[in-house]
Amino acid sequence: MTAGFARVLHAEWTKFTTVRAWVTGTVTAALMLVLFALLAGISSDQKGSPPVPTGPGGEPVADSFYFVHRPLTGNGSITVSVSALDSSIPEGPGELRPGTVPWAKAGLIIRRSTRQGSPYAAIMTTGSHGVRMQDSYVNDTAGPPGPASARSVRRLRLDRAGDTITGYTSADGTHWTTVGTTHVSGLGPTPQAGLFVASPPVADGMGTAGTVSTSVFGDLRVRGAGGRWTGDQVGAGSPSFAGYPAGRSGSYTESDGLFTVTGAGDIAPAVRDTLPAGGTLGDILTGTFAALVAVIVVGALFVTTEYRTNLIRTTLAAAPKRTHVLMAKAIVLGGVTFAAGLTGTLVAGPLGEHLARANGVYIFPVTSSTGLRVALGTAALLATASVLALSAGTILRHGAGAVTAVTVAVVLPYLLTVIPFVPASTANRLTRVTPAAAFAVQQTLVPHHQVTGNYTPYNGYWPLPPWAGFAVLAGYTAVSLSAAAVLLRRRDA
Amino acid sequence: MSEFRVVSAPEIVVSGLRKRYGRKPALDGMSFTVRPGVVTGFVGPNGAGKSTTMRVILGLDAVDEGIALIGGRPYRSLRCPPRHVGSLLDAASPHPGRSGRGHLLWLAHAQGLSARRVDQVIELVGLAPVARRAAGGYSLGMRQRLGIAAAVLGDPPVVVLDEPFNGMDPDGIIWMRGFLRSLAAQGRAVLVSSHLMSELQDTAGHLVVAGRGRALADAGVAELIAGASRNRVALRTTATTNATRVLARAGASVTATGPGTLTVSGLPADRIVTLLGRSEVPFTEVSAHRATLEDVYLELTREAVEFRATTPAEVSR
Repeated sequence: MTAGFARVLHAEWTKFTTVRAWVTGTVTAALMLVLFALLAGISSDQKGSPPVPTGPGGEPVADSFYFVHRPLTGNGSITVSVSALDSSIPEGPGELRPGTVPWAKAGLIIRRSTRQGSPYAAIMTTGSHGVRMQDSYVNDTAGPPGPASARSVRRLRLDRAGDTITGYTSADGTHWTTVGTTHVSGLGPTPQAGLFVASPPVADGMGTAGTVSTSVFGDLRVRGAGGRWTGDQVGAGSPSFAGYPAGRSGSYTESDGLFTVTGAGDIAPAVRDTLPAGGTLGDILTGTFAALVAVIVVGALFVTTEYRTNLIRTTLAAAPKRTHVLMAKAIVLGGVTFAAGLTGTLVAGPLGEHLARANGVYIFPVTSSTGLRVALGTAALLATASVLALSAGTILRHGAGAVTAVTVAVVLPYLLTVIPFVPASTANRLTRVTPAAAFAVQQTLVPHHQVTGNYTPYNGYWPLPPWAGFAVLAGYTAVSLSAAAVLLRRRDA
Repeated sequence: MSEFRVVSAPEIVVSGLRKRYGRKPALDGMSFTVRPGVVTGFVGPNGAGKSTTMRVILGLDAVDEGIALIGGRPYRSLRCPPRHVGSLLDAASPHPGRSGRGHLLWLAHAQGLSARRVDQVIELVGLAPVARRAAGGYSLGMRQRLGIAAAVLGDPPVVVLDEPFNGMDPDGIIWMRGFLRSLAAQGRAVLVSSHLMSELQDTAGHLVVAGRGRALADAGVAELIAGASRNRVALRTTATTNATRVLARAGASVTATGPGTLTVSGLPADRIVTLLGRSEVPFTEVSAHRATLEDVYLELTREAVEFRATTPAEVSR
């Protein structure tokens, strides 16, 4: 950095700090983050709600299904054929119609116990995703495609050797293909093994509707397990279980070696639809939009008041390298806004989470690196938006115009995604192509292909990865800043 | 202001500036030179191109043709320009929410100067009592003082001030005149624009009279007054009609400049006395006419005034 540029930077820093309204505006932005977090935290009340089950990695899970099981001691093997998986979907109040639930599951499972969140491995047929092998709630391996039916019976096998569980499938009972092998730690001395049926909710408009599925199993052969078969609904009162459609319940019957099992629920990672009453760090930081408005106003006025008062002439006479002036303004403004945004986020996040949890709200957990990314990303989002406002102010030379333009570009698309009835396709497009894409830095939820859900910005799922979304805003800002630099150099002051 | 005199301050040389706003020429061959050690008044009616010329000198506005140099270099190529050229532009407007001191402080930081220098210039222009108040509450006169403080902050050898007298009260005008003279006396080159000639009376040693985008005159004040006074004689007489007839017949041009007062040009004073004596026209005084700066200005700018009020006679016609 040259001495000349250092002086311009120092001058712009002094300019910023000697106008109380700008300092107040920036502090207000940080306070908005904290205020919204505070209100979100203290206004919630879910005290006494049952605990959310968590998987081996601490992540929230859905673990509710109908389980026909008996203990498995030591190594062993279990084989079955599936000849039907029929699902029912609600249609109006109290009405059910037959239909396909894509991720309805019927198959074999070995798990530590019937407690929710137990380690497990399973092989299954699904409504429309063929044979799958899954374990530990998040892992999913595809096997041969196609549904199970009386004409095309699916044979499934699960072998246990210590911690190693291998899943096989066969169409004829003679030729077996391996679907997957996995290591499941913590199965314990006597895990439970047997048949299961799960039937997750399907997307229904903006929300989801609970379904129920019935499967017919035959040719059940077990090596290493003894005792009677027991039927249990696992995770009946769980907050991650939508329950059975009205008038239905889980059950199993056995006759002539055929097991007919009816179940609902899912064995899968929890997504937003699984836990609609849960909250995310992004929800806690809702004040970001209000903070954005504040930093956009300060960013635009940082230059437009100079045009309004003709101070720009004094500025450019003092520092004739006009690009330096613009860069110095951007650095000072961006730096101050980043610091305020980071402070606000680092206070608001933990404070809001603490208050919400104290009120019984389940907050989706984040790793410390994700939490750091959200904090840095939110600060960067605010800082970059303020520089975008500075650029717009330089181009338009008019405060109200610049504030309006940037607010419409950044805040409005975000607000539209928060309206529940704006279609997901529109919300996704808006948060891909407009500067509001940068809100993706606040995403903490992970979408899972093996779980049907509304993966929309409204639910906390953004169409672009966090830093790609931020790059969209950064791109707009870089282009505007370049245009502002060209115009500032070309125009008479 | 500074303890030592500025040694050989650079000149401002403005040559052949041309600039158009759309089809309307704002500058049409503006040329003049500002020398150190003297206050150069830059006068002319509104729209004559004074402010535009000053912005061009300061590298703020681009021109279609011509160049303005300070000590042989364009303003924008100077190293830390505010330490070479101090400036006050017509709208010397600090941010209304920033204190006068804050305004000077950022300007000081832009030049690598300390807050101590800021407090010095605040004292110098007499703003100390209000320096920490928001500039939005300043009167125009206070803002002009703040602008002067900003201009001399870097102790520059060249000072360019656009309409510094605007909005000043009589005390302020007297202070400003003294301040400008002291700047010049320290050896600085001082360019001061004004649309009122009277403000520069007794202050400017050199005048650039602008009109319609060019310099109509660029000369010393004494020289201009002498030029306007040359070959003119003031005549006091009760018989103005007779005197006019006699002198006009002899080839002089005569104008009535007041009751019983005529200004005669084209004839030397002794010839006038002889002619009037011979024709027995009574008169009380014949003296060399002494033009004022105002006369010079009015004569030079008569053609160049853009917005002249029409007289009632012209309206009724």
